[in-house]
Amino acid sequence: MTLPALSPLALDRAEYRRSRARRSTRIALLSTVVFATALAVGLVNTPGWPRVQQTFLDPQDAWAALPAVLTGLWLNIRVLVVAEIGILILGLAIALLRTLRGPVFFPVRALAIGYVDLFRGVPLLIALYLIGFGVPGLRLQGVPTDVAVLGTIALILVYSAYVSEVFRAGIESVHPSQRAAARSLGLTHRQSMRLVILPQAVRRVLPPLLNDFVALQKDVGLISVLGAVDAIRAAQIQSALLFSFTPYVVAGLLFVLLAIPTGRVADAVAARAARRESA
Amino acid sequence: MTPVLEVHGLVKRYGDATVLGGIDLTVAESEVVTLIGASGSGKSTLLRCVDLLEEIDDGRILLDGEDVSDPRRGSRAAAEAQRRMAIVFQAFNLFPHMTARQNVALAPRVVHRLTADEANERADELLHRVGLESFAGAHPDRLSGGQQQRVAIARALAVRPRLLLLDEITSALDPELVGEVLAIVRELARGPVTILMATHEMGFAKQVADRVCFLDGGTILESGPPEQVLGSPREARTQEFLARVIAAGRLV
Ligand SMILES: Nc1ncnc2c1ncn2[C@@H]1O[C@H](COP(=O)(O)OP(=O)(O)OP(=O)(O)O)[C@@H](O)[C@H]1O
Ligand SMILES: [Mg+2]
Repeated sequence: MTLPALSPLALDRAEYRRSRARRSTRIALLSTVVFATALAVGLVNTPGWPRVQQTFLDPQDAWAALPAVLTGLWLNIRVLVVAEIGILILGLAIALLRTLRGPVFFPVRALAIGYVDLFRGVPLLIALYLIGFGVPGLRLQGVPTDVAVLGTIALILVYSAYVSEVFRAGIESVHPSQRAAARSLGLTHRQSMRLVILPQAVRRVLPPLLNDFVALQKDVGLISVLGAVDAIRAAQIQSALLFSFTPYVVAGLLFVLLAIPTGRVADAVAARAARRESA
Repeated sequence: MTPVLEVHGLVKRYGDATVLGGIDLTVAESEVVTLIGASGSGKSTLLRCVDLLEEIDDGRILLDGEDVSDPRRGSRAAAEAQRRMAIVFQAFNLFPHMTARQNVALAPRVVHRLTADEANERADELLHRVGLESFAGAHPDRLSGGQQQRVAIARALAVRPRLLLLDEITSALDPELVGEVLAIVRELARGPVTILMATHEMGFAKQVADRVCFLDGGTILESGPPEQVLGSPREARTQEFLARVIAAGRLV
């Protein structure tokens, strides 16, 4: 099927719209350049600039620190992936436990609620110290002593509490009539949950879940307080060797680079969810 | 022969409000029984109680002579009884994350344990029956209200129910879409299906029903053949209700 040819009027209007678009791009570009130049000039002319540049932004130090910091970042990424998987599983499990009805499950529900209250309230740093230094102190057989592993466990425990609440909000946001429809077809509680409620709930909470993922990306850096040689710890070591703060800047930039794609994905997913809601 | 559905002294309360105050109702094999009554008279509640979606406060519900309302039978038995009934809701309640075909094939697949192919085949057959074979791959948000309700009917039929419950299935539709949905039910009513339905469409009730029950304030005030209940009602309340309906232009 071919579309009918556009009228001269429509062609004229399309051309006008294109020229407006080109103009907008030019203005945006120009204003960005002006703004960035003003910022740079302002910064460079501050009295302390040469010193700051030397200690924070030395290219040679940056280059020297990069390999060690990158090696550290690789640990962060591994921790991130393992923690995220653990968080999604544990968070979902806790949310599902809280949906169980009936008196038999009272202790399970109470436990889940207590868990969320505890780990949502405790500062991450304290959880890291308690698990990272406390658990090995027990000297139990078979308990991991690797600080990276313990740090990952602490992250999973704390973040699962948040993520379970996100899942629970999603489950509760699915209208009760959906459950009624599933039950009326003869699906059991578990089948309704798995096939009808959860798919809709997860779709709805994807944007906040990704948001939590971005937050986790930064918080994996906190395992450095346990002595795990991650990007931040590596930067600290390099900083001591080079007498320069530049390695921290390198590590910071790397974390930012890591977060940008996830942030964009989160935005796109949120936009898509909003479109679907309004459709 | 045992009736498909027997309701004895059904009472349903929400808090202090008694929504159903002792309903007695029998629906025989391949009979079509229609519930009419003002908004809030308890039609939807009665259908939801029969489908075991609500806990009842008193009375018994018998499906094929078997008491399905006994809480001692447990939730597994309730689910088993629900499999022998199907309900179509006023608001369709299709699953938005599934296509029309997946909506219809879900229960055959997970409840009746058909293979995916068999379930899809049954779904396509039913979608064809409601005139929507070309929309099998579409999600509900791409369908008109009338089309969604036809998918919902197909989904209900997919479980091959002993008893089909229809809850005002046209009242959320634009007037020009009502016809396409009613045509399907009319077609069904001619067959061997047993139907209990609530409706505001009196003309339609007259055409398809074997029996009409007038519900008022949670009790069945009057019941009988459509000509009698709709044509020459005995009770003053029924007359009043029908007069209002005629004034609103819905007794076609
Ligand atoms: N979940 C509930 N909680 C409290 N009250 C309820 C609930 N569901 C229904 N009711 C009440 O029960 C009464 C009967 O409602 P029902 O939906 O059965 O009426 P209906 O005859 O189907 O009306 P309509 O024709 O408007 O659909 C109403 O007064 C309603 O407010
Ligand atoms: Mg109703």
